[in-house]
Amino acid sequence: MIREAFGLIYAAQEIMNLRDLVDQRTVGALPIGGRYRVIDFPLSNMVNTGIRNVGVIASRNYNSLMDHIGSGKAWDLSRKSDGLFLLTPYALRDNPGQYRGMIEALKSSMDYIRRAKQEYCVLSETYIIYNSTFDEMMKSHIETGADITVMYRTLDGDELAAEKERYSDVRFDIDGSGRIVDLEIDPELTTLSKRSMKTYIIRKDILIYLVEECFSRGEYHFSENLLRNNLHRLKIQGFEHKGYVGSIDSVASYYSINMDLLNTDIRRELFVLKNRVLTKVADGVPARYMDTADVTGSLIANGCIIEGKVENSVIFRHVQIGKGASVKNSIILPGTVVGDDADLEYVILDKNVSMRQRSRLVGNAGFPVVIRKGSLV
Amino acid sequence: MYKKKTVAMLLAGGQGSRLGVLTASKAKPAVTYGGKYRIIDFPLSNCSHSGIDTVGVLTQYRPLELNTYIGTGSAWDLDTTSGGAFVLPPFSRGESGEWYSGTANAIYQNMNFIEQFDPENVLILSGDHIYKMNYNWMLAAHLEKDADATIAVIPVPIEEASRFGIMNTDDSNRVLEFEEKPEEPKSNLASMGVYIFKWSALRKYLKEDTKNPESENDFGKNIIPTMLEGGEKLYAYEFGGYWKDVGTIQSLWEANMELLSKQPPLNLYDDPWRIFSRNPNEPPQFVAAGAVVKNSMICEGCVIYGTVENSILSSGVIVKEGAYIKDSIIMSDTVIGEGSEIKASIIDEEAVIGRECKVGEDIPEGETNKKITVIGKQTFIEDGWKIAAGEEVSK
Repeated sequence: MIREAFGLIYAAQEIMNLRDLVDQRTVGALPIGGRYRVIDFPLSNMVNTGIRNVGVIASRNYNSLMDHIGSGKAWDLSRKSDGLFLLTPYALRDNPGQYRGMIEALKSSMDYIRRAKQEYCVLSETYIIYNSTFDEMMKSHIETGADITVMYRTLDGDELAAEKERYSDVRFDIDGSGRIVDLEIDPELTTLSKRSMKTYIIRKDILIYLVEECFSRGEYHFSENLLRNNLHRLKIQGFEHKGYVGSIDSVASYYSINMDLLNTDIRRELFVLKNRVLTKVADGVPARYMDTADVTGSLIANGCIIEGKVENSVIFRHVQIGKGASVKNSIILPGTVVGDDADLEYVILDKNVSMRQRSRLVGNAGFPVVIRKGSLV
Repeated sequence: MYKKKTVAMLLAGGQGSRLGVLTASKAKPAVTYGGKYRIIDFPLSNCSHSGIDTVGVLTQYRPLELNTYIGTGSAWDLDTTSGGAFVLPPFSRGESGEWYSGTANAIYQNMNFIEQFDPENVLILSGDHIYKMNYNWMLAAHLEKDADATIAVIPVPIEEASRFGIMNTDDSNRVLEFEEKPEEPKSNLASMGVYIFKWSALRKYLKEDTKNPESENDFGKNIIPTMLEGGEKLYAYEFGGYWKDVGTIQSLWEANMELLSKQPPLNLYDDPWRIFSRNPNEPPQFVAAGAVVKNSMICEGCVIYGTVENSILSSGVIVKEGAYIKDSIIMSDTVIGEGSEIKASIIDEEAVIGRECKVGEDIPEGETNKKITVIGKQTFIEDGWKIAAGEEVSK
């Protein structure tokens, strides 16, 4: 349990690869795994570490994010001192209210950062999915005397070869002592297998200094500028996380991470064996399986009413699946209704979609069909 | 304190002794119903939806689980600045500390609590029944009649009327006579254990009742009859919805099974009058490849590899490969081992059923005396054991 750190979650990134899924929300508010939102993961990781002061930096479309985190009560962050702070842009002279990068967002949140009583900052982006506390990373940060410690995962051979839609893919190389000596961003061809998890520990005063320095030079990006420029001047260490890591940075990765949760080993690692992933819970009735229901290999949330066939899919709360309908390899977000005899395969239906009776939609694993929130199909 | 028009007092001290091992470690209002609810969620949710934000919960029998469950009342939106849910156990007053000797005595001992709100009316509820009711409509009837007490009643089949407290009323619904479990009932209007009293009248009768050493200090047996004798204005308020006393193993099982019928008499899926409860933080349920789930209600955190038919599973239940569950109620965090067969049973929380066990038997069609098998909380059933129909097993 580290109480000498405060947390900062950067939830203002705009990931265009997520297309319609982030049309009306930020990635942090994107539903995942049947009953969670993406931000539950970084938020729970911090709270499970014992951090009691967390700032969430948002910039646009943060309505649904705010709805979800509210006062922070679900994470025990509704506190008399410290707790949860939603940091939204001020429209000031030197800041038009839209961030050009994370550095500018941190600069805009400087009041909160300066006021934090804790000595260290755990800084994390919202869209990386894993379950871990920061105790070991903090220990390593102090033992190695690092200025900045960056959490990373080592990609294995298959992942190195797989070509993906890229969003700020930060790779680096470390020396024998764990110090980062080389850093590449979105490299076309690379042998570097250590991928940044966009989670950092840094002393508060160093963070303030570096942010001000970058900002004064018109440099707005954390990895590109703050990290890469300082590889030789500062001691920037890598800390390896061993375990499942997902990065919600494209429709394809959103799809595959949800499908990963159908794998019992991954699901157990994220939800059962380690600390609990906390989320805002609602009063959902138990899921109701009717006589004609045929559900296999799927995650089903409370409040669903299922009359049809569901196979290898993730079904969120209050979804209705009609008689004779077939849902395969799909993700259905809360409140959506699938009419009788509809046929879906490799589909992502956003919230409150209505699929008419006998409608048919088929995508494929690499390119799942995405239906926008509230559509009538 | 803020002045309140109506304060609710919820009697939650009942042991529910006819529920056997299910109430061995908790009070009846804390018993699970419908997978994710406790019986007490119903009156508390009714209060919350009726806009009654001040609820005293009177506990006595095995209160620990109930006290923890209620907490500040936030699960029912009762944690407001001016109101709240207040757990009221019996307490000592210097030399005269005593247990609640009856339902009326429990209210009498908490008169100070009620007085702080200076209410016009007091709503007395019981934590033993499953029903959805808007108390405001009853309150409106109470105010319209300027009644001293209004008693909610529900029509029951006349042949069953002798099991209830029966109200004999005139055309204007004024109560002429109250008979507790009459042998020859004159009416079929049974008391639901829901009363609204004018506080000034109730206070007077509670004080008198306490002075009477013969009294059992009970609302049905003492307060209501004495008020009638005293010529007070008592009215019946007829409730038309679903109301169920789940006082026995068989009625608890039947009330749960009713939720799985084609058209359940109680609709839990109706959003405006949602029943609130504490929600465990668990991942969604996972139904594995090869599993079969038919006509059932399943909660979060369950992992199902086997077959579940016509059953209700609370949160975190694990059904292993080859297990077969039929017509049963499985409460939170219980594990059903490989190849085990569970039929017409109620299995309480955190029990572990080993491999290849047989618990309970199918109930023959048309059987009225249903043999329900019950496994108590945290009971461990060893591999290969057979538990006969109608048995009760606890650790």
